[in-house]
Amino acid sequence: MRADLEIIQEWIPANSRVLDLGCGDGELLSWLQKNKNVTGYGLEIDPDNIAACIDKGVNVIEQNLDLGLGNFASNSFDVVVMTQALQAVHYPDKILQEMLRVGRTCIITFPNFGHWRCRWYLAHKGRMPVSDFLPYTWYNTPNIHFCTFADFEALCRDMQMTVLDRLAVDRLHRHNFGSRNWPNLFGEIGIYRVTGANAR
Amino acid sequence: MSSVFPADSVGLVSPKVAHFDEPLSLACGRTLNNYELIYETYGELNATASNAVLICHALSGTHHAAGYHHADDRKPGWWDTCIGPGKPIDTNKFFVVSLNNLGGCHGSTGPSSRNPATGRTYGADFPVVTVEDWVHSQARLADRLGIQQWAAVVGGSLGGMQALQWTISYPERVRHCVSIAAAPRLSAQNIAFNEVARQAILTDPEFHAGHFVEEGQIPKRGLMLARMVGHITYLSDDAMGQKFGRELKTDHLNYDFHSVEFQVESYLRYQGEEFSTRFDANTYLLMTKALDYFDPAAAHGGDLARTFSEAQASFYLISFTTDWRFSPARSREIADALMDAKKNVSYLEIDAPQGHDAFLIPIPRYLQAFGGYMNRISV
Repeated sequence: MRADLEIIQEWIPANSRVLDLGCGDGELLSWLQKNKNVTGYGLEIDPDNIAACIDKGVNVIEQNLDLGLGNFASNSFDVVVMTQALQAVHYPDKILQEMLRVGRTCIITFPNFGHWRCRWYLAHKGRMPVSDFLPYTWYNTPNIHFCTFADFEALCRDMQMTVLDRLAVDRLHRHNFGSRNWPNLFGEIGIYRVTGANAR
Repeated sequence: MSSVFPADSVGLVSPKVAHFDEPLSLACGRTLNNYELIYETYGELNATASNAVLICHALSGTHHAAGYHHADDRKPGWWDTCIGPGKPIDTNKFFVVSLNNLGGCHGSTGPSSRNPATGRTYGADFPVVTVEDWVHSQARLADRLGIQQWAAVVGGSLGGMQALQWTISYPERVRHCVSIAAAPRLSAQNIAFNEVARQAILTDPEFHAGHFVEEGQIPKRGLMLARMVGHITYLSDDAMGQKFGRELKTDHLNYDFHSVEFQVESYLRYQGEEFSTRFDANTYLLMTKALDYFDPAAAHGGDLARTFSEAQASFYLISFTTDWRFSPARSREIADALMDAKKNVSYLEIDAPQGHDAFLIPIPRYLQAFGGYMNRISV
């Protein structure tokens, strides 16, 4: 399993009901169904990914996250997951609000734009960072809302979210001395487990 | 099997007729004491009868869904794009049953059949049948064929509604429900179009209050108009625009009301006329009523999620972006209710310009996604 999903699955209790936003090829839900008796749905818009979900026997709903989650009742899922999609949606704050409404807890992963390599690229070259991990240029990138860990945590405070767990890892999803102590400088990917102000 | 048919065709097929003598109570309160259902089958039923798939037809469909009746048939069955060896509903794997619904005009008992009680053609005396009635009659056909549980019940449009109804009426007898371009109930606009179609037939002087067969006449004009208005709702604005635009049949305008000038007029007239010679007007009325009455949630206070609470099937819903008869929003209503009811459901929205008719058209993503789902059904 993809390394970040390996970390996330540990945060998802057995027998829970999960909504996976931008579920990709359904790898996480498929694993959770088989190994943790989890039920739920993935939302996805890419036809190839949707076909891959169907092949895996994962429930997949063709739905654009930018249109919100208005079709889901409040607190209708135990966990709402969104991996590597926060930076690609049009209204990250609104989708977060919707996630907190629909799920009792939420798990979010996103790339850290405050990582030293990004800072170095921008400072040194004076151009928007491009890397193997984020290979797009500014005009064709699907990633339209980059943030740093510090930015995200500021949003968490503004939205009165409670951060239950956080992990900063490198692109291979390892955490080390640097990313533990200076996550906003040495962490490449943030994995957060949060809950809303209204949830317990 | 003859080599004149394509390799992925079920080839030459012939219909069978099942006769039923157990009375069937209908939603309207009346009872059919005996009736016949005409059906075709494709593929082989396996030893445990676990590979059976039921095809439910739409408004003007028939039991002839795939293959050819004669070597020189110009066209195969109406859903030949999806049924056959290696096709989405793979007849190497599944035993496919396709019937003509009760009230139909292609061999099952309907308004054009003889009423055994009177010895005369039923005509307007044939009872109004509903989607639920159809499902009950289909269940008896399943019993007759030794099929306890369908691997899947599959249909598009009105056929998709029957597939949904199966999971409500017989939850333990359906493992998978594939409902394509359907809706959980008709909108006022849908009913309005049906009413125009009915009025066209009912007001045709040759309709004779439904007893036109005895009068030796056919309400061709009414049926033609009904089909023309129906056909408009099957196509998208884009599809019509691309197919006909404002193209003229003649090189000048005639400034009269009789000439067929625009290509689209010619097309609609042709469709209407062709239909009026092969379809029974009373059946058309029945089919539109069955559509209008379909509303399984009505018995549950309008709560669609509760309506599906007993369903055991996994659901697969497909809609088409330019379908305005049963738009993607209508399929999403079903998907949302099923998620609310904690059922297994997947939903796809296929980008297609063809409108409602798209479910009959070999659109690559549609066929691939359809086949992908059918392939993982274990039998």
